[in-house]
Amino acid sequence: MEFAFTEEQEMIRDTAAAFLAEVSDSESIRKAMALEQGYDSDVWQRITAEMYWQAIHIPEEYGGMGLGYVELVAMLEQMGKYLLCSPFFSTVCLGANALMVAGTDDQKTQYLSQIAEGSLTATLAYTGTGGRWDAKAVEATYLESDGAYILNGTLRYIPDGHTAGLLIVAARQDGSSGEQGISLFAVPADTAGVQRTWLPTMDQTRKQAEIQLSNVTLSKEALMGDAGNAWNNLNKIIGLANVAVAAEQMGGAQQALDLTVEYTQERVQFNRTIASFQAVKHKAADMMLKAEVAKSAVYYAACVAQEALFGGHLADQISEAASIAKAYCSDAYFFNTGCAIQLYGGVGFTWEYDIQLYFKRAKSSETFLGNGAYHRELIAQQLLD
Amino acid sequence: MKLSFSSEDEQFREEIASWLKENLVGEFEKIRFRGGGGDEHMFSEERHTWEKKLAEGGWTCVGWPKEDGGRGCSIEQQVIFFEEYARAGGPGRVGHIGEGLTGPTLIAFGNEEQKARFLPGIINGTELWCQGYSEPSAGSDLANVKTKARFDEAKGKWVINGQKVWTSLAHEADWCFVIARTDPDSIAHKGLGFFLVKMDQPGIQIRPIEQLTGTSEFNEVFFDDAECGAGDIVGQPGAGWGVAMGLLAFERGVSTLGQQMSFQNELDQVVETARENGSAKDPAIRQRIADAHIGLKIMRYNSMRMLSGGGDGSLQKEAMIYKLYWSSWHRNLGKLAMDVLGAESEIVQNDPYDLTRLQSLFLFTRADTIYGGTNQIQRNIIAERALGMPKEAKVAPQSN
Repeated sequence: MEFAFTEEQEMIRDTAAAFLAEVSDSESIRKAMALEQGYDSDVWQRITAEMYWQAIHIPEEYGGMGLGYVELVAMLEQMGKYLLCSPFFSTVCLGANALMVAGTDDQKTQYLSQIAEGSLTATLAYTGTGGRWDAKAVEATYLESDGAYILNGTLRYIPDGHTAGLLIVAARQDGSSGEQGISLFAVPADTAGVQRTWLPTMDQTRKQAEIQLSNVTLSKEALMGDAGNAWNNLNKIIGLANVAVAAEQMGGAQQALDLTVEYTQERVQFNRTIASFQAVKHKAADMMLKAEVAKSAVYYAACVAQEALFGGHLADQISEAASIAKAYCSDAYFFNTGCAIQLYGGVGFTWEYDIQLYFKRAKSSETFLGNGAYHRELIAQQLLD
Repeated sequence: MKLSFSSEDEQFREEIASWLKENLVGEFEKIRFRGGGGDEHMFSEERHTWEKKLAEGGWTCVGWPKEDGGRGCSIEQQVIFFEEYARAGGPGRVGHIGEGLTGPTLIAFGNEEQKARFLPGIINGTELWCQGYSEPSAGSDLANVKTKARFDEAKGKWVINGQKVWTSLAHEADWCFVIARTDPDSIAHKGLGFFLVKMDQPGIQIRPIEQLTGTSEFNEVFFDDAECGAGDIVGQPGAGWGVAMGLLAFERGVSTLGQQMSFQNELDQVVETARENGSAKDPAIRQRIADAHIGLKIMRYNSMRMLSGGGDGSLQKEAMIYKLYWSSWHRNLGKLAMDVLGAESEIVQNDPYDLTRLQSLFLFTRADTIYGGTNQIQRNIIAERALGMPKEAKVAPQSN
């Protein structure tokens, strides 16, 4: 058993860190987050053309690099650490994952290849306006008519929903409820009847949109897998996405700690650095505990996600491992950034210092796909009901 | 990253699991799941017999090198051994201090004579050990040892005077390792020696400490001209601190995996109780049970990372969080167990003060965040050694 990064994985992580340090410094983040599209097109161009990150875990037969989820997580950790503003998460961790889990051969050939070559961005759109993250979140409906599907409804809280080129849309058969009747569709964003609206957000580093579907008419080719039976696939896609969010959160939690240790060692009060006060040290120690435990949870979940996508005996652990990672990392990231602002003191409350950006990302990522309490309840159902 | 065990390792798992299934029966049935934390005073005689039984099967000291009489198991196999042992309900090991602490210390720091004299008794399960570190004035400040050792030329022996405290298993142990001051004018971690002291002698008196559990796992040990053979000092006089610190590193190694299986047994009982008495429907309790489950799962992943790092089981920076993490988790579990039980949590089984397993868990886990380095000391260690934050200001020590 080797529960540690291999040399190659360490190299991927270090390369990512070096590149991100260059393209995602404070100034770049602030420039990108001020844009409605939420990212710098030149940086995204460099990521897709020079770094080829978007192709990392896409199989080689679709033009990808054919690496695994552990490699993906190693990069996501750094993206969380550097607060990268890009459509990477939505395209790779929602869109590509959805295609890999549920796409038909034709859909994979067409869309995965385009994602891998960097010409297509994508996202997953399954949540309605009810603020849920489970099967009941699927509110949009579809009707089957003359071999076509007609979709209606409102999708909300969709990451990069206003910019993504491809929408993986979940809708339910009109009249169905719960886990029954759900289907997934691959919907090009320019399909007639799709209307997209950017939703300004408190965390400006990750953009959200509302998508209105008005009699969107799709051919059979748009359907992913069996009609009405997509919940298991969707649930798996959500599990994989949770692992990815948790990886970013863990990177952010570590960064909040690193920034705080650095700042408290510079800031002098009472003729000594505030890092020399035990009250400060003990808080920092608690932050390190959270960051390290978060790493253990994410690395384990990454190994499970790898097998969930590509086969292996851990595959059916994905929901539990994802909930464990998401529950712990959501709380750890929020705890660490909350402590960070407190230990920074007054400057932590300013717009100028970057720690506020991490604090806001901690909150938005905690909410997205369900907070700690939500995932603990999922675990409780497995244990107690 | 790989999470699976090799087929040889799985075969090893099969081997230990079936040995336990065949042997942990009959006279040993009643000590299954007994003798762990909070229960260490129970069935000591039966558990000593069990220790020898384990030894006959070759299942003591599995992680020691073969040339020192161990089984030479890899880290993976040790993990498997401790997991299967705990899964089968293997009783708390009376030999664990010898196997986990004395042996590794002698293998690392002892001379050939000492290894030949002491290792076989540990491997055979015939000689039990206890630990003489803490003193009334040396708790968190462990180096503030007052116990003194002077070499008596006439007797040709070391003579030890002083007091140790929080010594578990002292009344069952044959031997105690003791840190004592060899240089009477020294202070703090300088001038200490590491001694191997026979317990059965007139110069040693043991007094049990009655704890808030009503039981007495821990003892005070008084040394009044206690004698120790000239050859029974590990390392040089004055170099005992280095030996003692090396030993503490062993203390936090592989065996913690087995501890987690015991935690799982306890958590299972809490879950079972919650389902039976209906508290499993309480949303707040559900959250806390799930949180405990999550915490224990990740504890295992923590250990896997820790053990994957240094091949020798040595500590990396990241591993410094380990004690703070498990002790806090365990203490929370104790509180959760009482809250799941509700009103019934107050009722003890019999007078006088016969606690249930969960009550004992609740009370005993208050010690977890104190012994072996309090949570406050752990946070200092993490901040200073892992995060590189400034050390605590030193106050000039008083001379002994």
